[in-house]
Amino acid sequence: MSLLKIENLHATIDGKEILKGINLEMGPGEIHAIMGPNGSGKSTLSYVLAGRDGYEVTEGSVTFKSKDLLELEADERANEGIFLAFQYPVEIPGVAGMTFLRESYNAKLRHHDEPEADAMQFLKMVRAKAKTLNMNDDMLKRPVNVGFSGGEKKRNEILQMAVLEPSLAILDETDSGLDIDALKLVSEGVNALRNEGRSMLIITHYQRLLNHIQPDFVHVLAHGKIQRSGGKELALELEANGYADFAEEAA
Amino acid sequence: MSATAETVDQVKDLTADKYKYGFSTEIEMEFAPKGLNEDIVRFISAKKEEPEWMLEWRLKAFRHWQTMEAPNWAKVGYPEIDYQDIYYYAAPKQAGDGPKSLDEVDPELLKTYEKLGIPLKEQELLAGVVAVDAVFDSVSVATTYKAKLTEMGVIFCSISEAVREYPELVKKYLGSVVPYSDNYFATLNCAVFTDGSFVYVPKGLRCPMELSTYFRINAENTGQFERTLIIADEGAYVSYLEGCTAPQRDENQLHAAVVELVTLDNAEIKYSTVQNWYPGDENGKGGIYNFVTKRGACRGANSKISWTQVETGSAITWKYPSCILQGDNSVGEFYSVAITNNAQQADTGTKMIHLGKNTRSTIISKGISAGKADNTYRGLVKVMPKAEGARNFTQCDSLLIGDKCGAHTVPYIESRNPSARVEHEATTSKISDDQLFYCMQRGLSAEDAVGVIVNGFCKEVMKNLPMEFAVEAQKLIGISLEGSVG
Repeated sequence: MSLLKIENLHATIDGKEILKGINLEMGPGEIHAIMGPNGSGKSTLSYVLAGRDGYEVTEGSVTFKSKDLLELEADERANEGIFLAFQYPVEIPGVAGMTFLRESYNAKLRHHDEPEADAMQFLKMVRAKAKTLNMNDDMLKRPVNVGFSGGEKKRNEILQMAVLEPSLAILDETDSGLDIDALKLVSEGVNALRNEGRSMLIITHYQRLLNHIQPDFVHVLAHGKIQRSGGKELALELEANGYADFAEEAA
Repeated sequence: MSATAETVDQVKDLTADKYKYGFSTEIEMEFAPKGLNEDIVRFISAKKEEPEWMLEWRLKAFRHWQTMEAPNWAKVGYPEIDYQDIYYYAAPKQAGDGPKSLDEVDPELLKTYEKLGIPLKEQELLAGVVAVDAVFDSVSVATTYKAKLTEMGVIFCSISEAVREYPELVKKYLGSVVPYSDNYFATLNCAVFTDGSFVYVPKGLRCPMELSTYFRINAENTGQFERTLIIADEGAYVSYLEGCTAPQRDENQLHAAVVELVTLDNAEIKYSTVQNWYPGDENGKGGIYNFVTKRGACRGANSKISWTQVETGSAITWKYPSCILQGDNSVGEFYSVAITNNAQQADTGTKMIHLGKNTRSTIISKGISAGKADNTYRGLVKVMPKAEGARNFTQCDSLLIGDKCGAHTVPYIESRNPSARVEHEATTSKISDDQLFYCMQRGLSAEDAVGVIVNGFCKEVMKNLPMEFAVEAQKLIGISLEGSVG
């Protein structure tokens, strides 16, 4: 059975239609990559799935774990297991990273009617996970993303993902703004989180991220629609030919 | 339905019960006749069994008050107050003479405080020991840990008791920081003050427990005129906290307090306030008018006074806790979080008056406005000619939630000494949709997200609160801003 099923999804922002009938089905543990040119609707798709205000779904449906995802608020979707790694992680001045993680973690536990985490054990767990991402205690004490470098912000996103253990992770241009070393570190972090129960939707312009995180499927999104789907070799083809073909197809 | 719209709706349903201290206590009360005249002043003084000098002082203040006019320079608006339509004295019956021990306190009152989360019993709390003076309308109903404190030489009692038991100390210090003629509301307070706390910490003693006063307004149409006086003798230290709540009523009620602090050489007073008077409903009906004069004098060299306030309640807050830095090297601090939601108005800030050499002051003010509220920081930093080497740092940050509220910053700086260094920084920001969505994507509800963001914004101030109260204050910030998103 599928984890996520998107059927004929149409969405608008400020009355302008961006998504024009997306169909996509993801099984548990599968990694799908969505590639496409600027303005094709990639980020819009991630925001619509995560439930951001301002995007209006005009047609179609999204089923997640057999639930109507579109009925849920953003926080409920998160607590049901949807995690969005942001392209531009947001700064929250004055809120220590550790505090923010604990608030999020406990929100999820409360959502599932479970008791809140023991503070000491939680601290230990986060420290261990942070270590694998080469993040020290100092980074956990600093306010969320404030004064972080591009690479630090992305690592922080992956740490949050590691702690919250989502069943569907959406990675929105996680490779943007990363140098080669940082890209490697972040990719290793993501790969360490791969397991049978966790699906990932990787949104990217470039093939280079997919060298590090190998997808099971690749989809090309252009003009608000998935134009083509295939295996990972499709990414290589795109790298060679660019998106020009799809511009014509849609025109 | 979008998250924010739904939140707003939910909160609309909740508004009626969201002020959880809005209940009132059914208890037999004794009132002074309504209205204000010399007889009422005499009535209050007689009720308190005060000596003649105290009554004279009250009457002097009252006569002066009659010649004064209410100030109108603050950025707050309210209909004229009818001072003849207020009760100036309301006390639970029996409490008049003051119960001798906790066992004698009316169980109905004990229940009230229990409901407010203020245990009026002497028990070791996990977080530490806190001695509490509980003021109910016009009288102090109980003071805990009195015996233990007395043993150490600390005087902690109601001001009424201090006037009777420690007249020399009261005579020496009362009105020495805020003179009877100071301002309209302070002068009114001098005439009709009813109760409040008195603290004296003797030379060289670090008071080992937090002292705290809990003010409760219960009776209808009653003004509360709190008077607090704290003296830290040479080398002494005390940390003091006050909390305030009132029932939910449609009429406005007046709370006009005066607090005076005095530190002698090398002494320190840390004064924290968590003010949660009933703020009125979402349309501005009801709520407390909180018109307060708070001032500390660092009389001695190397002494320090630190004000920390978390102001979330009251329909109107008019309050400028100040420091007069007389002693050389003395230090004044003001840390403030003022939150206004719905129709609340706050005009608050501080005055730092540098008189002594190398005196230093720090002002950190965080104003948060939501709904259609107005929030003003008003501050004065004044460096006098003899204050060689004086330094001040001021930071005023405002956070706006929504687009119908206002934030205003009115700093005055007056320096008469060329060696002084005065710095002022100010920022105004909004909670962005990006921040809200980011938090919600991590599982926080819209309300919790605002709470987390605002607590982060206030962190520099909150960390100055005593541990025991920091958690409560954090929650209070969340509650005060309920319904502010959207």
